[in-house]
Amino acid sequence: MNAVTAADGMRCALRIERVRAFFPLAEVSSSMDMNRRQFFKACAAGLGGSSLALLGFSAQEVLANVRTFKLTRTTETRNTCPYCSVGCGIILSSLGDKSKNAHSEIIHIEGDPDHPVNRGTLCPKGAGLLDFIHSPTRLKYPEYRAAGSNEWKRISWNDAFDRIAKLMKADRDANFQATAGDGKVVNRWTTTGMLAASASSNESGYITHKFARSQGMLVFDNQARV
Amino acid sequence: MSSLQSLDITRRSATTTPSPQVRNTVDVAKLIDVSKCIGCKACQVACSEWNDLRDEIGFNVGVYDNPADLTAKSWTVMRFTEYVEQDGRLEWLIRKDGCMHCADPGCLKACPAPGAIVQYSNGIVDFVEEHCIGCGSCITGCPFNIPRIDKKDNKAYKCTLCSDRVAVGLEPACVKTCPTGAITFGSKEDMHVHAAERIVDLKERGYKTAGLYDPPGVGGTHVMYVLKHADKPEIYHGLPNDPSISPLVSVWKGALKPLALLAMGFTALFGFFHYVKVGPNDADADAADETHPDSSAGPR
Amino acid sequence: MTNHWVDIKNADVVLIMGGNAAEAHPCGFKWVTEAKAHNKARLVVVDPRFTRSAAMADYYAPIRAGSDIAFLGGVINYLLANDKIQKEYVKAYTNATFLVADTFKFEDGLFSGYNAERRSYDQSQWAYQKDKDGYAMVDETMQDPRCVYQLMKAHYARYTPEMVGKVCGTPVEQFRKVCEFIASTSTPDRTMTVMYALGWTQHSTGSQMIRTAAMMQLLLGNIGVPGGGMNALRGHSNIQGLTDLGLLSNLLPGYLTLPVEREQNYEEYIKARALKPLRPNQMSYWQNYPKFHVSLMKAWFGNAATKENNWAFDYLPKLDKGYDILQAFELMHQGKMNGYICQGFNPLASFPNKKKIGESLAKLKFLVTIDPLNTETAEFWKNFGPYNDVDASKIQTEVFRLPSTCFAEEEGSLTNSGRWLQWHWKAADAPGEALGDAEIIAGLFTRIRAMYAKDGGAYPDPILSVTWPYKQPLAPSAEELAMEFNGRALTELTDPKDPTKVIVPAGQQLASFAFLRDDGSTSCGCWIYSGAWTQAGNQMARRDNSDPWGIGQTLNWAWAWPVNRRILYNRASADPAGKPWNAKRKLVFWNGKSWGGSDVPDMRLDAAPDQNVGPFIMTSEGVAKLYVPSGMADGPLPEHYEPFESPLPVNPVTPNNPKAFSNPAARVFKDDLEAFGKPKDFPYAATTYRLTEHFHYWTKHAELNAITQPQQFVEISEELAKEKGVKAGDKVRVKSNRGEVVMVAVVTKRIPVLDCGGTKVHTVGIPNHWGFVGATRQGYLANTLTPFVGDANTQTPEYKAFIVSLEKA
Repeated sequence: MNAVTAADGMRCALRIERVRAFFPLAEVSSSMDMNRRQFFKACAAGLGGSSLALLGFSAQEVLANVRTFKLTRTTETRNTCPYCSVGCGIILSSLGDKSKNAHSEIIHIEGDPDHPVNRGTLCPKGAGLLDFIHSPTRLKYPEYRAAGSNEWKRISWNDAFDRIAKLMKADRDANFQATAGDGKVVNRWTTTGMLAASASSNESGYITHKFARSQGMLVFDNQARV
Repeated sequence: MSSLQSLDITRRSATTTPSPQVRNTVDVAKLIDVSKCIGCKACQVACSEWNDLRDEIGFNVGVYDNPADLTAKSWTVMRFTEYVEQDGRLEWLIRKDGCMHCADPGCLKACPAPGAIVQYSNGIVDFVEEHCIGCGSCITGCPFNIPRIDKKDNKAYKCTLCSDRVAVGLEPACVKTCPTGAITFGSKEDMHVHAAERIVDLKERGYKTAGLYDPPGVGGTHVMYVLKHADKPEIYHGLPNDPSISPLVSVWKGALKPLALLAMGFTALFGFFHYVKVGPNDADADAADETHPDSSAGPR
Repeated sequence: MTNHWVDIKNADVVLIMGGNAAEAHPCGFKWVTEAKAHNKARLVVVDPRFTRSAAMADYYAPIRAGSDIAFLGGVINYLLANDKIQKEYVKAYTNATFLVADTFKFEDGLFSGYNAERRSYDQSQWAYQKDKDGYAMVDETMQDPRCVYQLMKAHYARYTPEMVGKVCGTPVEQFRKVCEFIASTSTPDRTMTVMYALGWTQHSTGSQMIRTAAMMQLLLGNIGVPGGGMNALRGHSNIQGLTDLGLLSNLLPGYLTLPVEREQNYEEYIKARALKPLRPNQMSYWQNYPKFHVSLMKAWFGNAATKENNWAFDYLPKLDKGYDILQAFELMHQGKMNGYICQGFNPLASFPNKKKIGESLAKLKFLVTIDPLNTETAEFWKNFGPYNDVDASKIQTEVFRLPSTCFAEEEGSLTNSGRWLQWHWKAADAPGEALGDAEIIAGLFTRIRAMYAKDGGAYPDPILSVTWPYKQPLAPSAEELAMEFNGRALTELTDPKDPTKVIVPAGQQLASFAFLRDDGSTSCGCWIYSGAWTQAGNQMARRDNSDPWGIGQTLNWAWAWPVNRRILYNRASADPAGKPWNAKRKLVFWNGKSWGGSDVPDMRLDAAPDQNVGPFIMTSEGVAKLYVPSGMADGPLPEHYEPFESPLPVNPVTPNNPKAFSNPAARVFKDDLEAFGKPKDFPYAATTYRLTEHFHYWTKHAELNAITQPQQFVEISEELAKEKGVKAGDKVRVKSNRGEVVMVAVVTKRIPVLDCGGTKVHTVGIPNHWGFVGATRQGYLANTLTPFVGDANTQTPEYKAFIVSLEKA
């Protein structure tokens, strides 16, 4: 009477036999054509043995409990959904209370009920934000692909910044246009360009603009252009 | 005192010990207003996120429905139907499908495993997987074809109405997330009042047969629908017109214990073969399963 | 948005056209369902597809992609012909009464002043008639045949319901029904909101589509009122913010503009922007331009910006032409660019004609991508079979892939569509070595500046002078940056009327842009954001959601620009005497002494109604422009032109003028002109769009979203499917003249088949969202198919209307 091991595939064939012994009805099964997949499912279901086990009807107390509420002592942080322009308020729930030795791991995201627009609701994109944060395709380290190469190589931030800064300065020094043909002052650089991220914050956007324009960059847009 | 926090159990599967009944608790209900549902699937995502479920990344088979059906890891799915009215107007009927939390739950009655299915005093019908033996009787017993058995752990799963959230005083995850307010939650009484208001609005807009779906054949449900065409629930992707529990399930319900046990075995077996042969997936889906690398892991 | 998300609940009619709010902005769409449930609102949807928004509509009408100006022009004709306009509003608050000079003409699809060779207009021919004082002349009776009202009436008389049917494929009865819903809001007590998005912007006539709708709203008196407005539902969480901050090729923060090459003189530059009022008593708020500009230059260049050097005017690059993304990739394709930085941007997927984009990137010397996720752009050089068939060994571009933080790992503000700046807080550390965008910019900038300081180089002045006052130069904080764009007093500010009275001590944060000066005594990085971080602290972090007036005006939640105003042009919510048009929905009104109400008044507080100050203070007219005498590249009144790739042989409105087939003022590059297809090879109208389950090319990396829409598909009608022998779930090959993609077919009743004056038009619906990196099944980038041409004013690409062929694969 080991109902709880019903999932044990090795015993399933035996169990089917037992079913037949107890219930002639089970003969019906032989007249039914079961393909291999269904047979496996039958084993998996393992019903025959398990239901027979119940004939004993154990008097042991059957405990049932709801799943423990998983946010009881998580840390809540207010944030804004980064996708569309509704700007829904969200609450990020993370493990740990931000004490020195606790590493905050975000385990759940739901809507902020105080937010006047979304009032706690979230669309499927917002409701799935947890999997954006923890996506296996999140980038973790600066990487470099050399000309003609077929692969990425991990590099340090220092090397990345140094190399990019040198490339930018070399291009700017070579191609900066101080004046137009007839002596007009134009002070522009059009051989290197930049696209700015319309999902980054105003503060990032502001400093990005300062960065690009102070070098004289004109080829400069964000997603608002498309 | 039980260890059940705020949720008292009123019924357990395959258990004859009576449940405590002295406390009065509120009957809860989820109301799904199909006329407000845009089929965005936020409820699907919120459900999976809250319950730590990740179903397989499937395929597009020529429709918007994804995942294509309920599974042990997808406890609610949108069912899309393109319906042409008599006057030629197109309607896109989108129904959130999932457990209806019947007041008279066929799954619980059919379940032979003690305590594997419970009904709380607030109306929620919950599966307690630790006690589930994976027999599939709940599927036979369910008039809405909802429970699904997982291939790996051989346990039945379905919507819990977020019993873990409700137990601490929160609404279910799908209710909270619904962007258009198509899903609401509260006392069953309040949901009836809200539904009545919605039906007045829909009738004013010309949907003369708008109404509430709270089928008496299963004692009413704790998940109800407001339908624009309540006279034809079947057009909403086969929502049963007058659902009731299979007579086979009812047989042992009132029978004497030995007979009941025999009947239970019989019913379970019937359900078992029914499940193996027919449900929950259609034969094509089963055949397709053959090609999945993990199908060989079925018995585990 | 002129209004904001919650305000939609005040509408009596909601028109969703040129957008699909239920699908792209579900949580904002909630306020449509609220308006329906609690304000008895009617939802009308006009779209080439029966969308999720349409599924919620009280009335849906189909339209051919790209024909919206004809449809809306038809609505304007209906309103004028049936006298369904709010006359008092139109007379007092629009330029309907203004007289137009005789040089303005319109003939056979073209306006006067057209130069076919340059594909542009001489806009001076569209000017108003002026009196001896330089003011525009008006006819209050609106009877003069040269007044805007009469010119507009004549212009749109051609857009009869039958013409609309021919151009748009909308059955005449359905068009009339839509007109009736819209016209029902011409009374002062009823309003309609218009919700649109990229379904209007992404056309070669996109700006004018939006203008046509704005004209309709003005005629109905629906601008500046609760439940009304023209509501652009922006695509990204901070696309509004980055636009406000001027991160576009021709802009500076706060909608200030970069000088063009011929503006060599600072005074000329200012004069062209600080516009004088065109009518007596008008505010013409842009007269304050020098205050905003000088304060910006002080914020950026500090002590290096002086009166003597015209506030560092030469530090700003001068434009010889537009450097929008289409121009940029054209230059790159010609080999005229060497470096490109993509910060949170995936151009290989997002820009038209993927083949051209990939070829262009391969001509760069270096490419830098900064993103929390892997992108197709970062791996444009890598072979992904049919999805990206390239040979890495032949691509000489050096590529850097830099990991950045995401929203959960940083703090700062985002500006939503309703112009609310909302602060957010950090919840966890970024994975691995990922850095914030500001830190990455600082890492690059400090190195570049150090090299210029040490070695010199081309014009180092602005680089060496730009202010970098951050406590940690390699990690400027969000607080420091927000305080900088808000602005502060550099020296003590005194009351202009009483110089002994100090109004702001030196060094203090400013309360609003009203304190800005053009003498170098104030600094402000973005004038419209002044007030976001005042001396009282961070206003963007406010979280009081109370709504005392009950119409959704939560003025103490976050902070909105300008000056926390929630509904723009709100002076127009009251009649000329200052009384609300609708007593049930009071916004601002005159109380006998001052303006006040449930919003921050968009009017000088003491401007009594009898002073006749118009509500549209940002225009030099003081009123809204039905007719635009300058500023629109393609005409002062919107006119229908066909998409550059159209399934029709002629423009049905002007069938005899091939020059007026497509937008005559749109810029087209030579190679791209050749890459346009012809309807005989590509007979079906195609359009690209979003689905609710995904966000662009981003959520395909999130497993939960990948599960809900795992694989790329195309939507076609049952009729076309039958014709092509295609069943739902079959693979089909969709081709344009630029490339082909193979996708699963969804066969649906939701794609109407249209009859455009006898030509049957099939629509092929192509959702974007899939690509070759991420968690979903691999797919083709939808922009493999789209044409490389943009709107005549904004250069936003024409993603919404092009032509394809389709066969069973």
